Amino acid sequence: MRGSHLLSIADLSRLEVLEVLDTARELARITDGGIRKLPTLRGRTVVNLFFEDSTRTRLSFEAAAKRLSAEIINFSAKGSSVSKGESLKDTAQTLEAMGAELMIIRHSASGAALRLAESGWVKSHIVNAGDGMHEHPTQALLDAYSMREHFPEHDRDFSGLRVGIVGDILHSRVARSNVLLLTTLGAQVVLIAPPTLLPIAIDQWPVEVSYNLDSEIRSLDAIMMLRVQAERMKDAFFPSEREYARDYGLVGARLKELKESAIIMHPGPMNRGLEISAQSADCRQSVILEQVANGVLVRMAVLYLLMGGAPIPTGGMLI
Amino acid sequence: MGIVLDQSEIERSLKRIAHEIIERNHGLDSVILLGIPTRGVTMAHRIGALLGLIEKAVPVGTLDITMFRDDLRLRPPRALLPTQIPAGGLEGRDLVLVDDVLFSGRTIRAALDAIGELGRPNSVQLAVLIDRGHRKLPIRADYVGKNIPTNLRENVKVQLLEIDGNDRVEVSL
Repeated sequence: MRGSHLLSIADLSRLEVLEVLDTARELARITDGGIRKLPTLRGRTVVNLFFEDSTRTRLSFEAAAKRLSAEIINFSAKGSSVSKGESLKDTAQTLEAMGAELMIIRHSASGAALRLAESGWVKSHIVNAGDGMHEHPTQALLDAYSMREHFPEHDRDFSGLRVGIVGDILHSRVARSNVLLLTTLGAQVVLIAPPTLLPIAIDQWPVEVSYNLDSEIRSLDAIMMLRVQAERMKDAFFPSEREYARDYGLVGARLKELKESAIIMHPGPMNRGLEISAQSADCRQSVILEQVANGVLVRMAVLYLLMGGAPIPTGGMLI
Repeated sequence: MGIVLDQSEIERSLKRIAHEIIERNHGLDSVILLGIPTRGVTMAHRIGALLGLIEKAVPVGTLDITMFRDDLRLRPPRALLPTQIPAGGLEGRDLVLVDDVLFSGRTIRAALDAIGELGRPNSVQLAVLIDRGHRKLPIRADYVGKNIPTNLRENVKVQLLEIDGNDRVEVSL
């Protein structure tokens, strides 16, 4: 990666994406070979700056930093001075004064990571770990990594792969990052959702759109089920959970319609019984736990590529 | 200075190294070869093939030491190279590290650190095609193709058939 931050998949070229994925793959080989801990970032400090709840992303970054021997400081807005009214700027500057060199930020406001990177408040590298309804780049990278491992004939080029992203596209930063990344790699993306859960101007996206899962499911090589984000559902986007599960869930007999070779993905956390049935989540075609394991590798690659080499001269711009 | 080793000399050096490995370890029962990318890997496979012809096949693996380097912060991040540890691991083996040129010794130090994470071999030995001197760490090779006294400004370039299309070692300014 050329820049000093990872804010959006839109900033990455195809070759930069492949650089991250290749690095993650070599890290997997090193790990499989028996090397569990690498000294690469010894003595360097990384901060998890989480203004929004998270389990796997925060823990995944923490595991990645620790495997590279970095020190990690965990900050979560709950129970911190943010609840006393401390601003993002003051919080970030305070953490940098404690030695942070890279900040992994999750925030409910779209653009928070960009703001932190461009404001000049801090010199640290910034990694976007999810900003509002905008992007979640490392999730898309780990999803692409997982797909690549399952489709070796598409190692450097996803053209010919058809990927369905199903569910709450409107609120999903995972969907946005994945659309950008998958199309960068050449895959064909079809978004499948009720009209109420699609963003306006969806016709501007480089994707196909369908309201009907049953008519698409047989054509998919990978199906990505999105979580129904109850916390962002202030309005009635669908009549009832049962109706949603019936029309858009990977539930019941629908699982049998999938190609034998197709893989089932979910960024987690899952609402079992809503967008995905327990049977689908635990079946042979599910790669959901692989996604979690791959997440650590991809995040190690991102940390290494951003802060492992020589410091970028000041004024280093976005990726 | 030009060419210091040609194809037949490289071949002879590798053969001698293969014989020395067998001699030193009283056979090959416990021997395992680990090449350091890029050209060390090619050399390790060649030595492995020679050992197979002379006595018996041994496991040959690859160890990328990039993540263990102490000079990472002096350059932009480097791409990682392949690592392939032979099944069965290193525990109790007599491990021969293979690299093309021995210079400051920093690469080998990094490799020793990586091996420390992988297990506890019975012994670690070092085979290199060229020892050009100028060590900065207390490290020496057990098997050397050729010692070439150089000055620091000189460049030693090892070319191997599988990667470069021909076999030769050149020294240039």
